[in-house]
Amino acid sequence: MSTPYAKLPGWVEYGLIPLINLAVAFLVAGLVVLLVGENPLEAAYHLINGAFGRGEYIGFTLYYATTFIFTGLAVAVAFHAGLFNIGGEGQAYVGGIGVALACLWLDQTMPWYVVFPLAIVGSAFFGALWAFLPGWLQAKRGSHIVITTIMFNFIASSLMVYLLTRVLKPLGSMAPQTRTFAEGGQLPKLDWLLSIFGLNIGTAPFNISFLLALAAAFAVWVLIWRTRLGYEMRTMGHSPSAARYAGISESRITVVAMMISGGLAGMMALNPIMGEQFRMQLDFVQGAGFVGIAVALMGRSHPGGIIPAAILFGVLYQGGAEIAFEMPSISRDMIVIIQGLVILFAGALENMFRPAITRAFSARGQRAAAVVQTKGA
Amino acid sequence: MNNIAIELRGIDKSFGLVHANRNINLRVRKGTIHGIIGENGAGKSTLMSILYGFYQADNGEILVDGKPVSIRDPNAAISVGIGMVHQHFMLVENFTVLENVMLGAEDSQILNKGIAKARQELKRLEKEYALEVNPDALIEELPVGLQQRVEILKALYRRADILILDEPTGVLTPAEADHLFRILGQLKAQGKTIILITHKLREIMAITDEVSVMRRGEMVATRTTRETSVEELAELMVGRRVLLRVEKGESNPGDVKLAVQGLTVKDSRGVTMVDNVSFDVRAGEIVGIAGVAGNGQSELLEAIAGIRKAASGTVLLNGRPVDVTGNADAAELRGRGLAHVPEDRHHVGLVLKFEECENAILGYHHDPRFANGMFLNIDAIRKDAEEKIAKYDIRPPNARLRTANFSGGNQQKVVLAREMERDPDVLIIGQPTRGVDVGAIEFIHKRIIEMRDQGKAVLLVSVELDEIRSLSDRILVMFAGRVVGERSPEATEGELGLLMAGVEGRKEAAE
Repeated sequence: MSTPYAKLPGWVEYGLIPLINLAVAFLVAGLVVLLVGENPLEAAYHLINGAFGRGEYIGFTLYYATTFIFTGLAVAVAFHAGLFNIGGEGQAYVGGIGVALACLWLDQTMPWYVVFPLAIVGSAFFGALWAFLPGWLQAKRGSHIVITTIMFNFIASSLMVYLLTRVLKPLGSMAPQTRTFAEGGQLPKLDWLLSIFGLNIGTAPFNISFLLALAAAFAVWVLIWRTRLGYEMRTMGHSPSAARYAGISESRITVVAMMISGGLAGMMALNPIMGEQFRMQLDFVQGAGFVGIAVALMGRSHPGGIIPAAILFGVLYQGGAEIAFEMPSISRDMIVIIQGLVILFAGALENMFRPAITRAFSARGQRAAAVVQTKGA
Repeated sequence: MNNIAIELRGIDKSFGLVHANRNINLRVRKGTIHGIIGENGAGKSTLMSILYGFYQADNGEILVDGKPVSIRDPNAAISVGIGMVHQHFMLVENFTVLENVMLGAEDSQILNKGIAKARQELKRLEKEYALEVNPDALIEELPVGLQQRVEILKALYRRADILILDEPTGVLTPAEADHLFRILGQLKAQGKTIILITHKLREIMAITDEVSVMRRGEMVATRTTRETSVEELAELMVGRRVLLRVEKGESNPGDVKLAVQGLTVKDSRGVTMVDNVSFDVRAGEIVGIAGVAGNGQSELLEAIAGIRKAASGTVLLNGRPVDVTGNADAAELRGRGLAHVPEDRHHVGLVLKFEECENAILGYHHDPRFANGMFLNIDAIRKDAEEKIAKYDIRPPNARLRTANFSGGNQQKVVLAREMERDPDVLIIGQPTRGVDVGAIEFIHKRIIEMRDQGKAVLLVSVELDEIRSLSDRILVMFAGRVVGERSPEATEGELGLLMAGVEGRKEAAE
């Protein structure tokens, strides 16, 4: 009685159902394409080709995926502690300060492998700081984290406008951005990784922070399932009353989980700033913090699910740009609609097809049982 | 033939590898009360869920009034006249009784017409079955016994002829339970058929006409209640002979381990829940706190365990004060030798979504045995959990299974194993056998007495008066937040009952 849905085999639960959801999302997206008078098959071709057709495209796909892994992990960590951190956007934005400071300070004198660790620490520090305040406000003052993190996104945005127009902008420049970093502030590309598969990276900004994202995913897995802190976070996430019973401090976990979450979001800034632009620009986050929510939802807050989900969104970003380029009547907004449909079907309507699938499988089980019985008789 | 209300033929149901119901045959005669007993996990609830359309049977058929029916969902069950009163009520708390009864049977989009009709019908039902409830009372303001009555009314309003009651007395006081039985008798006299699921043998003997026993997914026997005995049923349920009475020797009290002085606890609205309570618990004795649920026992336990802040008073643990009015936290008290089996294992004592082995360290996850520095020592945790599973006979013996998938009795054993195996000085236990089956009750009671005999101080809170009387060396009775009397376990049920109702206590306090 306690389980509304019967248990399904693992491959159905984690393979078939997400695939069906995805297929339906693309089907509906195809209808939208049809509606504007374009051929959905052609759009699908451009999407796939744009994301995987060439080494360069794959490089772009993985570059976007890198960003989404960081923000997805950030949302997931907070989620395990029962906290809904919507402030990934602002935390990533402020995290950029840490990256920029490290690069501006040392890029002309030190090689990248000295600057990079400092930038990692800096981005995590500033991101964590930006998440610490909402966490502390919830722990001590009871201000709800969903509200405060949203507000902190706006504060971050204004703060960065101020910094980039007044403080970090080189004298005499008219663009709201830092100066371009010298070589020490530029991360090496992962061209060698693609060339193993015989692919040419071209101009894609696929860089070493991808490996950092994978390491972060592993570290998050260790944190959540193999450390005492992760255990305490999960206890609080599942049952605050059980956490109190176990003597786990709710305010401590709230603050710490938010800081780890913010730190991960902040590290996202490494990828665009040191990996692509080589300078900090206005609005460099471009909504990646919000995409992280969808990525975490789709990946069931598990690093093993977040990485493929992040790659899927990388495909949508890169392939989507290609569609917009090749098929001018499909605008950039149309791509956003398609991305929204994927979020809708894979995240929000995740259980839509479950009852039918469950029924199909239990019917199959019944037939199998009937066969066994007639054989027995 | 026609006097069979419900017949099940060859019902079979599996969940993955678990064969919950095996070829079940059951006939329930019209106008009788038919009991179904079995340990937790025997398959009673699955069977009833099939009957009520929550699950579909893999095999077999259901006949109502001799006609085969297909029950695909609860609506189908209602349309063939089957109504269900769930263990956990399905009521909207901020609706009135009338609104709850109508819910899902409103008849039209405009409520007014339906309301008038429903009110009339409700009045008729109340009169016919002596089920008085104020139709305009809000559910959240009603005591549990009355809420249950609303559930019964809901079923009757939908013209149910067959009523299934799932563990109906689990939440009731003895008086409320008696009242429920009188209502069931009335319903039976009016020709309704009642299926009563319970694990309490006394209830079966008291009100059923026939009783069917389930064990491990099978229907092992059906007896006419008059011709069977508690001993026989217990043996059929468990599959071996069971000791129904706890055997224990004389207590041998030593030093005071837990001293409570003038403890007062208020709830979040400032209402006094525990009022100036003082008592001692000595090493090697079990002090039982009797009382009707809601008279401050829960708050008392929580304050002593450091989960709830007390307003005033002192608690001494092993002679040293506990900061109950300030920053006492559960982790610190555990370190000082206090173990706590909470009343609510689902929300407090366990995290149901965790694997069993993860729950086996809840609260003790700082123990260096389970954590090297900041990392958990998974191997040690699993090995420890497996040892406890073996020692406490927790079934299924799988430390990696989700705790939610264990039966109530086995979940309780997980909590008990965790708290008892720490070798605490003081053990406080709330409702040790709530929702636990007979076989496990025997085991749990034995373990509690063993703890006493090892020289632990045990504080026991239970709403089961039988349990308090058979386990305790001293009994304190709580009423309206105060301890209104202390009795020896030889006190009669009547005497304790009067204290619990606050009658004797007032006199005593006045003297």
